[in-house]
Amino acid sequence: MIEVENLTRFYGPTAAIQDVSFRVDQGQIVGFLGPNGAGKTTTLRILSGYLPATSGTARVAGFDVFKESLAVRRRLGYLPENVPLYPEMRVRTYLDFVAEVKGVPRQERQRRVAAAMERCRVDDVANHLIGSLSRGYRQRVGIAQAILHDPEVILLDEPTVGLDPKQIIEIRQLITELAGQRTVILSTHILPEVEMVCQRVIIINQGKIVAVDTPENLKAKIRTSARVLLQVDGPAVAVRDHLERVPGVLRVEERPERADGRIRYLVECAPDRDLRRDLAAVVVRQGWGLSELRPADVMLEEVFIRLVTEESPHEQPAGQEGEP
Amino acid sequence: MNVLAIFKREVRTYFTSPIAYALLTIFAVICGFMFTSILAQFQRASFQSAMNPAMAQGMNATEWVVRPLLRNVAVILLFLMPIVTMRLFAEERKTGTLELLFTFPIRDVELLAGKFLAALAIFLVMLALPLVNILMLAGLGPLEWPAIGVAFAGLMLLGMTFLAIGLFCSALTENQIVAAVLTFGAALLFWIIDWSADGAGGTLGQVLSHLSIIRHFDSFQRGVIESKDLIFYLNFTIFGLFLTMRAVESHRWKG
Ligand SMILES: Nc1ncnc2c1ncn2[C@@H]1O[C@H](COP(=O)(O)OP(=O)(O)OP(=O)(O)O)[C@@H](O)[C@H]1O
Ligand SMILES: [Mg+2]
Repeated sequence: MIEVENLTRFYGPTAAIQDVSFRVDQGQIVGFLGPNGAGKTTTLRILSGYLPATSGTARVAGFDVFKESLAVRRRLGYLPENVPLYPEMRVRTYLDFVAEVKGVPRQERQRRVAAAMERCRVDDVANHLIGSLSRGYRQRVGIAQAILHDPEVILLDEPTVGLDPKQIIEIRQLITELAGQRTVILSTHILPEVEMVCQRVIIINQGKIVAVDTPENLKAKIRTSARVLLQVDGPAVAVRDHLERVPGVLRVEERPERADGRIRYLVECAPDRDLRRDLAAVVVRQGWGLSELRPADVMLEEVFIRLVTEESPHEQPAGQEGEP
Repeated sequence: MNVLAIFKREVRTYFTSPIAYALLTIFAVICGFMFTSILAQFQRASFQSAMNPAMAQGMNATEWVVRPLLRNVAVILLFLMPIVTMRLFAEERKTGTLELLFTFPIRDVELLAGKFLAALAIFLVMLALPLVNILMLAGLGPLEWPAIGVAFAGLMLLGMTFLAIGLFCSALTENQIVAAVLTFGAALLFWIIDWSADGAGGTLGQVLSHLSIIRHFDSFQRGVIESKDLIFYLNFTIFGLFLTMRAVESHRWKG
């Protein structure tokens, strides 16, 4: 559905993106993940037909975004980064205008506008001025505008930025609902968002693609050693000492809990060995209390930081909580 | 139709903001003031001419009231037209809505046409105001309507050149005030450019005097359509709009 090959875009002498290539299949929700200035917006702008690339090709729904721009734009809905809307227009009038510009036939216009408003849950503010809406509602009007003409491809540039947690959940839900036949690319720098919404992640950093995979695979790639989190009531030095002596344990890290003052231990085990039984046995033998024992999941956050800071995957990222 | 959608939105925006009302009010007041002053002069003159039969010839209202009025209207337009066009691209660039428009399935030409026609519509509404004054005059005596029609056509063509300059300047900047100032400056320069013609002399002098946007209005003001003047205005407008297209496209490249 989307094929990007060797896309490069220069702003003056500096490259915003360089040699970017990826593919997205129909019906997928893909997360475009990267820190500030990574080139997410630049890539989406090129795909949307707004910005020409310096070199490389991009095809959307089988059409070249440069040579067959109009054909692409007919099949594409786009929500730019800061949701540019006309504040002096009312929601319904605005959507009506967009439908007309996008070439929705007159007979269908009213129905489509109503459907988009219902879908994005903005029907209760249909007659409000856009300028008077809250950030969350404006974001939804922006999404309604993008899906009006029932496009095959939807590009959303940071659709949840600046929203409160409740609105974030609602927008994510909306995005999940949008998928199906449609292909969605959403850019974000919030990791849990990608884990929750997307089937695939494209990680971009400093204008270059760092990784393309499913969120699960990316996590698995990093999980070279199994890690277990324990909470033991006992003298810290002795606990640590005993745990380290269990065969198969690579290292033990203390994690003082801020809230209750108790200490958790993050035990890194040799790959493919489940040491939970042995660890529990050691603790019990010493007569200490074992109040928690569970596998410590790798957060996508860690994957991300490793990838973009180009650390070796065996090193422990500093300051990261290994909790699911 | 894409162009129609853009046109309707732009016209609506003129009237949801105070710009159109302020513009029309100021224009109406100034036209009215000029009309009454010119009319008063005319009445004094015709009273004197009643004493002096030699002067009575050529004392008609079209010559003495309508023509000077429309000449003055042209000058007011020089000041007011930048306000009509300043918003059109600058504001959309500033708010980012232009980026979104560019991703809609609409050609740049259609976008430009929609905006130009909307500005033209507002301008035509403005032109109706001096027409109202002239209609009041019609009650007082016979008028040469064909000549007046030609003069209005000239005003419209002159106004179109202002619109073209204004659209171009609006596409150059994100700041509406800057767009208006640039428009006024450029239009004024094209208005007085023939002042330098005598000094330059020769071919350059001819070219410079040909470029003056107000000089081409003279024939229309007299009630005559000269094809060279008509062609000048149309060319000027089309060229201005062409440059606007280029400016809009280059904005895309810069991102
Ligand atoms: N119009 C522009 N002129 C010059 N440089 C630009 C322009 N737009 C973007 N850049 C540069 O290109 C790089 C990529 O920017 P881009 O906006 O694509 O990043 P991003 O991933 O969207 O970041 P963010 O998360 O902050 O939105 C940045 O270094 C930025 O400074
Ligand atoms: Mg961005």
